Amino acid sequence: MKEELKKIQESTLKKLSEVKGLEEIENIRVEVLGKKGGLTKILKSMGSLSQEERPIIGQYANEVRKAIEEKLEKTKENFLAFAKEKKLQSEKIDVTMPGKKTKLGHVHPMTQVIENIKNIFIGMGYEVVEGPEVETAYYNFEALNIPKEHPARDEQDTFYIEGEGEILLRTQTSPMQIRTMETHSLPIKIIAPGRVYRSDEVDATHSPVFHQLEGMVIDKGITMGDLKGALAVFAKELFGQDTKVRFRPHHFPFTEPSAEMDVSCFACQGKGCRVCKDSGWIEVLGCGMVHPKVLERCNIDPKVYSGFAFGMGLERIAMQKYSISDLRLLYENDVKFLEQF
Amino acid sequence: MDLPIKWLKEYVDYTASTKDYIEDITKAGQKVESVRELAGDITGVISGKVLEIAPHPDADKLVITKIDVGSGENLQIVTGASNLTVGDIVPVAMIGATVYHGDSLEKIKKGKLRGVESAGMLCSIEELGFTRHDYPEAPENGIYIFQEEVPLGEDVKKLLEMEDEVVEFEITNNRPDCYSIIGLARETAATYGVPLKYPEITLKEEGEGNSKDIIDVEILNPELCPRYIGRVVKNVKVEPSPLWLRHRLTAAGVRPINNIVDITNYVMLELGQPMHAFDIDTIDEAKIIVRNAKENEKITTLDGQERQLDPSMLVISDCNKAVAVAGVMGGENSKVSPGAKAILFESANFNGANVRITAKKLGLRTDASAKYEKNLDPNLALDAVNRAVQLVEMLNCGEVCKGMVDCYPNKREKWEVEYSTEGINKLLGTDISEKDMIDYLKLVEVEADGKKALIPTFRPDLVAECDLAEEVARFYGYDNIETTLAAGTPTVGKKTYSQQVEDKILSTLVSLGLSEAKCFSFESPKVFDKLNIPKESKLRDTVKITNPLGEDYSVMRTVSLNGILTSLAVNSGRRNPEAKLFEMGKVYIPKSLPLKELPDEIPTLTLGMYGKVDFYDIKGICEELFESLGIKEEYIPEKDITYMHPGRTAKITVNGEEIGFVGQIHPDVAENYAINTGVYTAVLNVAKITEFSSFEKHYEELAKFPSTQRDIAMLVKDEITVKEIEDVIKENGGKLLESIKLFDVYKGNQIQEGFKSVAYSITFRAKDRTLTQDEVVSPMNKILKNLESKLGAQLRDK
Repeated sequence: MKEELKKIQESTLKKLSEVKGLEEIENIRVEVLGKKGGLTKILKSMGSLSQEERPIIGQYANEVRKAIEEKLEKTKENFLAFAKEKKLQSEKIDVTMPGKKTKLGHVHPMTQVIENIKNIFIGMGYEVVEGPEVETAYYNFEALNIPKEHPARDEQDTFYIEGEGEILLRTQTSPMQIRTMETHSLPIKIIAPGRVYRSDEVDATHSPVFHQLEGMVIDKGITMGDLKGALAVFAKELFGQDTKVRFRPHHFPFTEPSAEMDVSCFACQGKGCRVCKDSGWIEVLGCGMVHPKVLERCNIDPKVYSGFAFGMGLERIAMQKYSISDLRLLYENDVKFLEQF
Repeated sequence: MDLPIKWLKEYVDYTASTKDYIEDITKAGQKVESVRELAGDITGVISGKVLEIAPHPDADKLVITKIDVGSGENLQIVTGASNLTVGDIVPVAMIGATVYHGDSLEKIKKGKLRGVESAGMLCSIEELGFTRHDYPEAPENGIYIFQEEVPLGEDVKKLLEMEDEVVEFEITNNRPDCYSIIGLARETAATYGVPLKYPEITLKEEGEGNSKDIIDVEILNPELCPRYIGRVVKNVKVEPSPLWLRHRLTAAGVRPINNIVDITNYVMLELGQPMHAFDIDTIDEAKIIVRNAKENEKITTLDGQERQLDPSMLVISDCNKAVAVAGVMGGENSKVSPGAKAILFESANFNGANVRITAKKLGLRTDASAKYEKNLDPNLALDAVNRAVQLVEMLNCGEVCKGMVDCYPNKREKWEVEYSTEGINKLLGTDISEKDMIDYLKLVEVEADGKKALIPTFRPDLVAECDLAEEVARFYGYDNIETTLAAGTPTVGKKTYSQQVEDKILSTLVSLGLSEAKCFSFESPKVFDKLNIPKESKLRDTVKITNPLGEDYSVMRTVSLNGILTSLAVNSGRRNPEAKLFEMGKVYIPKSLPLKELPDEIPTLTLGMYGKVDFYDIKGICEELFESLGIKEEYIPEKDITYMHPGRTAKITVNGEEIGFVGQIHPDVAENYAINTGVYTAVLNVAKITEFSSFEKHYEELAKFPSTQRDIAMLVKDEITVKEIEDVIKENGGKLLESIKLFDVYKGNQIQEGFKSVAYSITFRAKDRTLTQDEVVSPMNKILKNLESKLGAQLRDK
């Protein structure tokens, strides 16, 4: 019997080492260990053994069974691992192929610049306000110290609207200074971005519709030093921390003293190039201390309060920032253009 | 304003280089636009004497010259000029020199002309970049010949006084005084703290008689003509001006004409006061009357054009006729011709606005009107007329009569402005001493004492303390004002709610693949036809621009679609296979016409797309958008928008209020825009979106018990909408109904013509328990029964 057991062990182990599939392993298991399997049969016939032989053969039979079971299990595991490996290999893909993209849209470069600037000022405690584009001459001119006979009010610069009274398309965002002073309580710290209109034919650097951003601070004790400080912080945030600023005297009817702010040319770092016309500086905005007459007109006492205001054209900043050479591109809305931003 | 540096240096001594100068003067408040070098392009041209002229063996029109350029070695130069004689001194462009050839520059190379070597080129005045206006002695065709013996081998630019630098300034309109060389010299002197050398005016007055006895002046409208000075010069000789004067004019950008005209221009450039000269013999009764033009009065101006005048315009006239348009241009009838014997110099002051409007009406903006329109100082007129007649004496081209007629009813005097040192320091954020402030103000001829300042009459811009603050700051240096951050009351930076909504719309649409467009706010009234908008539509009531840049930009848009359609057309025309755009803009709706008050400006969101898209794509975008804004909207079929596809458009409502529409553009309209594919759009009122939007979120507990799902399929008539079916399901589903989901709509094979098959998954759930099958039977039966009875649905077996 021991011989038989040994034989069955040897033949089974041999078969297992030659199997080619999981199914075969199962077949062998049934063939040997199943109810009607070879080993089971032998064990069933143990009853015919003598009292002395039984434990010895029994023990041996168990060893054989264990060996077969172990081998079965191991073979099965090997097969499973192999199959898994094979499956993974068959699933190999070319990871250098392009990904499936959900195409995102693009924010217009003007909006990006406006948002950028808005966020800088919001961070500095400014509130964003908006107002009408179709304006009265009072807000666009009179209240800003631009009297009737001023050349800025000429039809060649300003679009007028048919109707009663002097209605026009605002030529600047500065009317928002007046509207804010009339409606807000003091202190005031606002920016007002928006569309403005001037009678310029469309070309590479002009558009009859463009964007400006106005800013104004009114409080007790505001000085020209504060104006310089606020705008220097802004310029560094927008154009980079290495940016230098320069304030030059200028003239605006609604600020006094007035200035223009230049920033060091970001194309050449101030050395002089085509972008800055060899001056090393790029003009960015106009600013000044709010004119006392403007304050008075809005019922703010210039003896108690003072303030500064500034205004900038945004198209030019966008064009310089993104190296856009033709302003018309901004209003054409070619997706090939928009997708670059 | 062009400022030639050589001229400037007549009045102010400074040592800075031009490069430093432009930086310094810009910082002091006069902004330099550009600098150009006169004759800067011309190099390597020197004086040379013609020693020999010999015929060219192979060319009749060429001659071979020997030129002595002072180097000891004579040059052989071939030229085509025929005006040379031996002994002439001429400009010689050496090998490597740069001269003008027509309008472009040319470098001189060694070469052969018809086989004969030529070591340079003899130059005409044009080849040196000038004209016979600048050098009247130059021949019309031929080489320039020096009029006197000049050293050989010298740079001709120096010999002909061609070199100069011209600085172009941007003058702000509050500074009429700076539209003159003397004004800019004053600023320059102030910038460097050096004295201003004002031209010294002394006269011989050798003319016979007194101006007062020769002419008479009467001002009928002193408001428009605050001052008029007339001065007479007899025995005038009209001829070309001397070189130095011509050069000054040319450098400043004014063409020399003859001595009299040149003198008036010279004074205008130098002092900023426009002048005019009349031939006295053409002035009837030698009487000047300054008056408004008569109805239908005409005058032929110096440029030969007949001008129709109107009574708002001011003219200079004699007893019978207008002889000049005041401050704009003289009349042909009174001009100083070469034969004139006696002339009258006019130095007057006119109202700036009136001159400006007159010049504009006549379409005749002149150097004079450009100066007058800034409102000149009437006190300037006196110096100007005296300067002019002084130049007459200097040029020896006439005899200046004594005296003048000066009509000046209301003399402008200096005025006082009160200020305090403390007030100015407080505004600037500085700590400048009283004395320093007084000194800064003195630089611009303002006499101050710490409390009040006496303002010179040429500075009408200085009327209040803040104006003086700017003068102080200019010379203290804007750069030197210490940069501070306002302490003040702390404020919170923020956007308004509507701006936050707009931000959300922007970010949602961009994440859904749409790009942002920007369109003009005004457009052509033809857009309404292009969009097939009916003639009687209220949308055609527009806010109109009185003075548009042409019809294409003449009305404020009442409909936003044209902008986005035009943009899509641009993309389609450029063969971009797909474009998905949106625009956040405004439409401008008049409250009434004619406009009495400002129109409503309604923020409007416009979506537009073509390419691989259909109605359900754009509707899906709208649904996502509304979801992101916390809005529950409804879509109702809409067939009456004339520019939209009648079967593929839905109006969008929230709580029954219409907030916009979505759909396909009517194919006719798409064709009008030359887009040959389906165009889908949505137009939404952002003001209403803002009103209905909400960013408030509440957490709802996640379901703990499983749901039960039933699928149904039914056959309904084609015209029954999904919404109608869903309304029935929702109404009858009871409170256990959790959700319904459309999963199939089918038309075609096996479905009766005019019908469609619609299939739904209906989900029921209870919050507190697992539903039994029995519990959903009753609501399902109710749903099915009502679908049959209300919509005539035939349920299909699964």
